[in-house]
Amino acid sequence: MNGIKLALRTLHHGERDLVDDLMKLSERHRTEHEIHHVATDVAIWSREHVQRLADTATHYDLDLDGPPGNSSPGLFAALRKKASEVTGNRPEPGLLLLRDLRETHLAATYNSLHWEMLAQAAQASKDTRLLALASSCHPRTLRQMRWTNTMIKNLSPQLLTSL
Amino acid sequence: MKPSVDRIGDPWGGRVPHGRHEPWPARVDTHLAEGVEAGMVQRWVQAASILHSDGDAMDIAVVDGRMVGVRGRAVDRVNRGRLGPKDLFGWQANASPDRLTRPLVREGGRLVEADWETAMGRVVSRSRELLGEQGPGSIGFYTSGQLFLEEYYTLAVLARAGIGTNHLDGNTRLCTSTAAEALKESFGCDGQPGSYDDIDHADVIALFGHNIAETQPVQWMRVLDRLEGADPPRLLCVDPRPTPVARRAAVHLAPRIGTNVALLNALLHEVIRTDRIDHEYVRTHTVGFDELAARVEDCTPEWAAGICDVPASRIVEAAELLGTADRLLSTVLQGVYQSHQATAAAVQVNNLHLIRGMLGRPGAGVFQMNGQPTAQNTRECGADGDLPGFRNWQNDAHVEDLARVWNVEPSTIPHYAPPTHALQMFRYAEQGSIRMLWISGTNPAVSLPELSRIRSILAQERLFVVVQDLFLTETAWYADVVLPAATWGEKTGTFTNADRTVHLSDKAVEPPGEARPDLDIFLDYARRMDFRDKDGGPLITWHDPESAFEAWKRCSADRPCDYTGLSYGMLRGGSGIQWPVNGQAPGGTERLYTHGITWAHPDVCENYGKDLVTGAADSAVEYRSLNPDGKAMIKAAAYLPPHEAPTRDHPFQLTTGRTLYHFHTRTKTGRAPQLNAAAPDVWVEASADDAARAGLGEGDLVEVSTPRGTLQGRLRVTGLRPGVLFVPFHYGYWDTPTGVGPEPTVPGRAANETTITDWDPASKQPVFKTAAAALTLVARGDGTPAPAPTTTASAPTAPHGVPATTGGPAAHATQESAISRDTEEGDR
Repeated sequence: MNGIKLALRTLHHGERDLVDDLMKLSERHRTEHEIHHVATDVAIWSREHVQRLADTATHYDLDLDGPPGNSSPGLFAALRKKASEVTGNRPEPGLLLLRDLRETHLAATYNSLHWEMLAQAAQASKDTRLLALASSCHPRTLRQMRWTNTMIKNLSPQLLTSL
Repeated sequence: MKPSVDRIGDPWGGRVPHGRHEPWPARVDTHLAEGVEAGMVQRWVQAASILHSDGDAMDIAVVDGRMVGVRGRAVDRVNRGRLGPKDLFGWQANASPDRLTRPLVREGGRLVEADWETAMGRVVSRSRELLGEQGPGSIGFYTSGQLFLEEYYTLAVLARAGIGTNHLDGNTRLCTSTAAEALKESFGCDGQPGSYDDIDHADVIALFGHNIAETQPVQWMRVLDRLEGADPPRLLCVDPRPTPVARRAAVHLAPRIGTNVALLNALLHEVIRTDRIDHEYVRTHTVGFDELAARVEDCTPEWAAGICDVPASRIVEAAELLGTADRLLSTVLQGVYQSHQATAAAVQVNNLHLIRGMLGRPGAGVFQMNGQPTAQNTRECGADGDLPGFRNWQNDAHVEDLARVWNVEPSTIPHYAPPTHALQMFRYAEQGSIRMLWISGTNPAVSLPELSRIRSILAQERLFVVVQDLFLTETAWYADVVLPAATWGEKTGTFTNADRTVHLSDKAVEPPGEARPDLDIFLDYARRMDFRDKDGGPLITWHDPESAFEAWKRCSADRPCDYTGLSYGMLRGGSGIQWPVNGQAPGGTERLYTHGITWAHPDVCENYGKDLVTGAADSAVEYRSLNPDGKAMIKAAAYLPPHEAPTRDHPFQLTTGRTLYHFHTRTKTGRAPQLNAAAPDVWVEASADDAARAGLGEGDLVEVSTPRGTLQGRLRVTGLRPGVLFVPFHYGYWDTPTGVGPEPTVPGRAANETTITDWDPASKQPVFKTAAAALTLVARGDGTPAPAPTTTASAPTAPHGVPATTGGPAAHATQESAISRDTEEGDR
């Protein structure tokens, strides 16, 4: 049972981190309009995952927080936004974009592996609640990974050959 | 006798009713310049319209080397002789005194006249410099939806295999990339399944975000003729505006902007709940039904009513109409394509047809409509973000095949990523990685979103801009080199309309001054650049329209858009023919998918599909496992709220769109006196409720502002959905004092000053429908009404004080119902 608690806690942490990564990606690359909008859209999925993990955790005697707030962006978010607008017509932020996409991709991959582990543990312990959770959340994590992968694939030829 | 009708005041002309399953009778519309009688016309030259996607077939009247009028072609399957107002009057723009007649080059910050040698020399030397310094990724091409097939194909070859750049797109991106993407997502391949003749057979016609009365007026005439005939169809209209379609609809839904997916999911929910499903069709021809059923299970009409703000009972009624149709025809246009979740929503309309088995039979069709007249050709020829011939850039065999056609190495053709879409090209230019942008036949300084940003991109010193157009457009002001182009009626070529009908358009008159056909300009560039194939021969081997068409036929062979059975000879004198035309279908193909799904097999399909929310590309492996046998794909989508919602500061939803009397940035329609007079300036529409609440009335000068910009126009109070503002797009600045943009003396006028930079992740089509906006009074009206027509969706709710839109004697056209043989004489 402790292993499952550990997996839930790790995933909860990972999904919260991913929300954070995606929101940073969105703010820092405001002038990359597709990145800005889609990152915000897929961050909603991770917020839901965090909430559902927290809800499920109560059944395992585990107290996890809800999703991070998204109401008022903090000072750093405002700075990131401003910086992205100021440097929007320079080629160098392209490298920063690729780096941020890479980090986000790795964060989603990390979560994907943990969903996999959780699903395996759920099957082994015949825990239908956990299995339902993993099978409904994991596909969206995979979609987050495919998105970052697609963007890296599409953007890197131009960004890396033009410097 | 031929009755004469004011076709500005009565845009759709007289009725020739026809019953269900009867052919649409001919009615020949003719408009000749003042003082010209039919007997004086020396030649009638075959052509078709490039002012909307109907592709109406017409003949150009010529006297002493001048165009003097037009006449519809009764023999043609698309329009049976009818012409819309834009067709009847738009041709006059060709003879405008402000046509570009000589190339211009920038000298000391100013554009000055030059000869072709100088202008092309600059383009070529800049191209060579950039290829040497930075490589092919530094050069981009942005073209139109109004050139001819031969021109797009030539451009695609020179850009993809000559320069070797991945940056080539058309302005069809702004209007029909979602149509193409939705067809690929569902059927694995672009190409409209149906035929315009389906209008003659359907018992229910559903129009999703498609104001056909204003965007495809001739096909609306066909619907009107059916509505007057025996066994008329029932119409479902989904549109926030009180369009002519809405007024004739059995059910009109005016959902909150940006909620199309929620509405469609509820409609699908009802159709599935009531089991109005063709289970045999679903089993035999589709994959993915279970996922759709699960996705829409909770999407009840009550749920959607809350999101869309339409009564649940009305959604149920609409679903009844769709579910009980015997032959259902659906059409989709910008209300879906330029809105939030564009591809996801368009795909749900395909799903509706797939689960109801409404495909491949007369009257059972779906139109993912085109807005631009030759949009289909940019898509086929690979000038808009696909490889030519609907080849799949992710499929190495397709790339090898294309390399064989062009006699180049496969590595010459960029295929490491999808071809760059227009908005991304402008982003690369903004960042400085694209250093040369060649813009042909389009006007991004008016048509792209967030115009102040576009102007600042075009104005950059480091960006070399080439503009090829008829007039000194708002975009041309920013050019380093301006190339004067010949246009429709001044050059020969073919083009394909929204129902795959290929028309030939012949040269009727000489272009003005030194203006040249776009094809000649591209061929000249290719020659000067000395592009070579892998054996050292010239890459481009053709020299005129017909030889370019023959080259395209070789490229289209064995692909879905197969033109191999067509020739100029077959098209000249006759009527339009629908592709594919080949050995199996020598007379063309009226409907696709008559015997199941044809082109979705993993080895054939045009792409492997995308995630409808993120745009992430699926791989060949995923596609094969989802759809090993090449069936139609039913793809579910969840509703997501729009990216920009109204706030206290910006309480309205702003939506923009095309109206009856104007076309793409008004470069032509604004120069046709009758069309210009009918809608001479921008206006702002608000609902009666909202106007009353804000204390505003007809003709008040108002300002619309969003976080990106502002525009001013006179207010028209209409039956629009409350909470929404409508502004007609593409009013620019060429006919204002500055000529180029808003300045201290000229307030903003273009709708796109205000629109958001956001696009559908799957189709990359920009969102022009969902900005949040504020409305404020600038000055009380002086009794002058808004310059909006009264004949269309812009009709005022309180008509007194607003004179009806009429065209007077200059707008009269004749219409002749029963055509006699002798008028057909000498046509060809």
